[in-house]
Parts: sequence; structure tokens; C-alpha cells
Amino acid sequence: MTISSASPAFTGRDPENRLFGPLPDVTAEAGYEEEHPKRVGFFTDTSVCIGCKACEVACKEWNTLPMDDSHGVRDALGLSGMSYDNTGQLGANSWRHVAFIEQSRAVDLPMPTFGRPGDDRAGSGPSPAVAGDDVSLADAQQSVLNAEALSEYDPQTGQSGADKQIRWLMSSDVCKHCTHAGCLDVCPTGALFRTEYGTVVVQGDICNGCGYCVAACPYGVIDQRKDDGRVFKCTMCYDRLTDGLQPACATACPTQSIQFGDLDELQERADARLATLKAQGVETARLYGRDENDGVGGDGAFFLLLDEPEVYGLPPDPIVTTRDLPAMWKAAGKAAAMMIGVAVTAVLGSRRR
Amino acid sequence: MTGGITSPGAGWRQADQGPAVQQRTGRKRRHRGRGRHRGEVPMVEDVEFTSYYGRQIVKTPVWKSPDVPLYLFLGGAAGSSAILGALADLTDRPTLTRVSRLTAGAGSLASVVFLIHDLGRPERFLHMLRVIKPTSPLSIGSYILAPFSAAAGATAAVELLGWFPRLKRFGGAVAAAFGGPLATYTGVLLANTAVPSWHAPHTQLPYVFGGSAMAAGGGITMAFTPVEEAGPARKMAITGAVVELAAMHKVETDHGILSEPYHEGRPGALMRAAQVCTAAGATLTAVAGRRRWGAVASGTLLAAGSLLTRFGVFEAGIASTKDPKYVVVPQKERLAARQQEHADTTTR
Repeated sequence: MTISSASPAFTGRDPENRLFGPLPDVTAEAGYEEEHPKRVGFFTDTSVCIGCKACEVACKEWNTLPMDDSHGVRDALGLSGMSYDNTGQLGANSWRHVAFIEQSRAVDLPMPTFGRPGDDRAGSGPSPAVAGDDVSLADAQQSVLNAEALSEYDPQTGQSGADKQIRWLMSSDVCKHCTHAGCLDVCPTGALFRTEYGTVVVQGDICNGCGYCVAACPYGVIDQRKDDGRVFKCTMCYDRLTDGLQPACATACPTQSIQFGDLDELQERADARLATLKAQGVETARLYGRDENDGVGGDGAFFLLLDEPEVYGLPPDPIVTTRDLPAMWKAAGKAAAMMIGVAVTAVLGSRRR
Repeated sequence: MTGGITSPGAGWRQADQGPAVQQRTGRKRRHRGRGRHRGEVPMVEDVEFTSYYGRQIVKTPVWKSPDVPLYLFLGGAAGSSAILGALADLTDRPTLTRVSRLTAGAGSLASVVFLIHDLGRPERFLHMLRVIKPTSPLSIGSYILAPFSAAAGATAAVELLGWFPRLKRFGGAVAAAFGGPLATYTGVLLANTAVPSWHAPHTQLPYVFGGSAMAAGGGITMAFTPVEEAGPARKMAITGAVVELAAMHKVETDHGILSEPYHEGRPGALMRAAQVCTAAGATLTAVAGRRRWGAVASGTLLAAGSLLTRFGVFEAGIASTKDPKYVVVPQKERLAARQQEHADTTTR
């Protein structure tokens, strides 16, 4: 049996010719025997991520990835200048990337009442207009000044700390190992392939650096190493998996933010975790890449986020580009036929010399 | 636990008060897109969107310029010339046949060189023919380009050498069969990506490239063929130019915010120059194409228009990857529309 690097839609094993949508057994669809291992994945729970970047370091160490700065410049030590995140993005040399987001928001405080601190009980105390009490006014001004001195004034938002809240969001991003992987679909050499674990891996000895996968990934994960010419991305530590080990990043994560395991089990765990958070009142918590009906048929590496995906640099609604490929081939066929038609008409419509 | 991310405040803290308790979600900090350049007519309203420090989401294609735009142009010109050459051969137009075959041969060989030069590992170009994958336009394209360039190259070679007249006709026919697909598959090649402004017009780009190919092929062949024999080339060039302009107009206007990169900055300037060249070339062909100078001038204009179109489309796509707005805004709209649809169906 040949292991196909083509999309399930074209292997003949998929009666519905699906280029996107749910695919219960992506590994079997790729051509593996019945008794293949279960599909594995990552569940990255960003609500417990502490931004330590142990995953990034472990990944670099295990996979001997070169150093680069936040713009992918090789062997450069550079600060991004935007946050504690100096990795910046996923790329050929960064297969884990810890996003670091500092958010601030204005708080709708009640109008300040002029009076001694603690005197602001509802209905109590005279209003400043009628009081005319110089002592209490001075005290109030003093207390406002103190509050400003205690908290830093943020020149970017023009707000002082008294009416502003901040929070930090951290999330370890990684290749999503999509059910319908755009990179895998468009690879013309077969260098990208689906492993027996349902993950997507590049074969370095086959890749000829055409770069099609780079343009096709809806998440902007895979990239070319300029001085090498070939493309690189997360393998979910394929070499470790075959030896019964967990991927380096999941092993290194001190808070179990990165959880590795069988995908169906992780999905159950994630659903339970989301329910817990919702019950605790974290209304903005959501799962990303969990839905098998999304544009890529669900991700092998999915996330629990605390804000909109784009806040973390993730596309809000990624769709595998190959979904529209039948329409494109049809248009190209019609356009080619049009060219023949125009040429025939032009030749027949011209007088012989 | 002192109010971490899992507390009811979801991690929001206030400087002098500690963890927030049951605050309503406030306004989010928005990273606005870059301002509009001066003197450009806004296609769509400036939109508010969130991103990760303004960083791009999808990767910018690593395809090199001018390699890839030149490949698109040469492949198109070669493809349409091959079709014209085969038909001219059948209808006994020897000079037009010869010019078309030479154009097709030279164009195909040069396009192969540019395609291979664009690879990260050029010495591995034969890996392109290792598998055949209908999901990969580049794989299918390799199986179009390989027989086309072999046939068109061989035909041009025997045309120059004057050997094997029968083989020449067969080679020309093979090249003509692959010529159309070679010219239009490149539209699929660009459209089948996550590049926002290439993917959005995915059913229109093949027509743009097909029309552009006919304009270029017709233009080049008519410039080198005696005017009395170049009638088919002129007609093909004019029709191609009209198709190119019409299809490109749809690309530039149908896709809301994703049409924007085709109007702004360098790609916008390239597209405008392309339109001027193509329109002028087509008009001049109709008016003065039957004179020698007119054929040369209009053929040059048409080829230049086609070349500029390829560069413009290529660079517009590149530009659309560099601003997260082109990923976030259309996808958010898509999500909202789907949720609305879902709400409508569930409340039936």
C-alpha cells in the first residue's frame, strides 16, 4: 500500500470527494492500514500559560533549530521592541512561539465624590457644590493626586492607573497539524506527508524549496530557511513519537499548558476545561481549532483562548484554500477553452493572404 | 490564587485595587491599520480591527520577483503563441507559423529557467515530477510545462534548423494542446493560496491570465510577422486585451477590502500602467495594426501591458499578506455572516 501525500479527496477512498469538512479518520484516509496509531495532538490551554518559553527552548534544543530574531533574520540577537515576545512569529526556525499580549482597558468608575476616603457611602455626605468645605476639598484633591502617583500614567492611552485595568495574555502557538492541511495539499513534490499519527511532516531530503506551502498555510506557520532553501515546521517531534516519547515542548511545559495525547481524549479534556472556566465566570474563554466543522476540518493542535483569535495573531476563520480548488480548475479549463476558441475564430476570420 | 486568569475577572487587574471583580468587558485596544496614502481614492471605509502588535498573520510568499512574474508572462505568451502557430500552420501561413513557433519555444525555455531559478533548491527541480497531485496546481503545472516546453522547444529548434517538416507539425500540435492550460493554470497557481487578494478572485484570475496571454502572444507575433499575414495575431491580441481588461476590472472591484491592494501603492501603479498599455495597444492594433510601425508599436504596448499585469497582480498579493487587516476583517465578516445565518435557521 502506498502512503499518499495527496488529499483524501483524490485517493479514491473518500466517496464524498471531500476537500474540507470533518474527517473522522484522517490517518486511514491518507492510506495507512487499519491498525495505525490513534491521531495525536496538542491541547494548548492558554489560561495556565505563564509565558516562561520553556517550550520554545526545548523545541530549539531537541530539533537543533538555528537562532533568529523576531523577523526571521538568522543568527541575529534582536529585541522586537513591542513586548516581552522577542520570538515574534512561527517560522522555519521557531516551531513554538509564545505570544505575549499586554492589554489595558478603561474602567467606568463612578463620578468621584468629594469627601474623605471612606466617606463615599451612597447618600451620605454633602455634595461639594453646597458644602464649600475647603478642608475636605483639599483632602479629596490630595487623594486623587496620591492615586495618580501610585499608578503610572500611560502615555499611550492617556489614562492613569486609577481608571484602567491591565492584563497579560500568554499563548504558546504551534503548527496546527490541520485535518485538511493546505501545505500538504499543495506540495508538488510529496515532501510534506501525513504520518501514521495523523500529523503533517516535511521530508527534508525531498523538499526542493518551491515555497508553495508557505503561501498556502492559512495560519502562516511554515516558512523557508533562506540560507538552506528548504521549508521547515513543527513535526510534533515525529522522532520522539516513534520512540514512545512526548514532544519536547509538552515535556518541558511546567504548567501543563501544553498537553499532548490522543486527539479525541484531548478534545474531551478541553471541553471539560472550557465548561469549568465558563462556570467560574470567564465568559471570554473559547476553544480555537476544536470544531471539526471549521474551514480546515479541525486542528490537530488546538487552543483554549481568553480573547478573540486575532488578538493572539491567529486568523479568526481559517479555510483551507483547496476547498475552492475545483472551482478554480473549472475556471482555468474554461479560460483555456476560451483561448482555443478565440484563436480558431481569429484564424478563420482572417482573410488568407 | 490571587486573581489569575481563571478568576472571575479573567486576569484583569487594576493598579491600586488588585484583581478586578465582575467588570464588564471594556473597550479593547485596537491596533489600527496604516493610514491611507495621499491622493488615493478609498475603495472601502477604514475599518477597526485587532491584531497581534500589527504583525502579519499569513506568511508573505517566498516566491521571488522578477522570477515568478516573468514566468507567468513568458508561459502565457508562449502558450498562446503555440496555439496560434499550430492553427497558422494548418491554414498555410508560413511566416506567422514560424514566428509563433519561435516565440513559443523561446518563451517556454525561458519560463522553465525562471521557474527553476525560483526554487530554494534548484538542483532538485526534477522532484517536481516525483508525484502527480491534482490538489497542487504546481504539480499539475509541472506536468503541463514539461511536455509543453519539450514540444515547443523541439519545434522551434527544428524550425531553425529546417529538419523534419512533419515532426514539426506534430510538435506544434502537442505544444498547442498544452498551451491553453499553461497560460491559465498560473491563475490557479496564485489563487490556490492563503494570500488574501489572490484567493478572493480565484475564479477570475485564470481569465485575466488567459486574456493577458493572448494579448502578449498576439502582440509579439504580430510585431515580427509581415502585416498581410498577421491578421489572426491582431485579432487574437485585441480579443485577449479586451478579456484581460474586463476580467481585471472584476478583480479590482468585486472583492471589497481585498480589491484594495490592486489600487494602492506600487501594485496600484503597476495595474494602472498595465491598463493604459493594454488599452492603448489594443486600440492602436485596430487603428494602425496593418502598418509595419503600427504593428510593432502596438505589439510592444500589448506585451508591456501583459507583463505589467503579471507584476501588478503578483505584488498586490504580496502586499495583502503584509497587513493583518486583509486576513482579519474579511474573516470576521464571514464569521458574523455565518452566525447570523445560524441564528436565522435555529429560530425558524
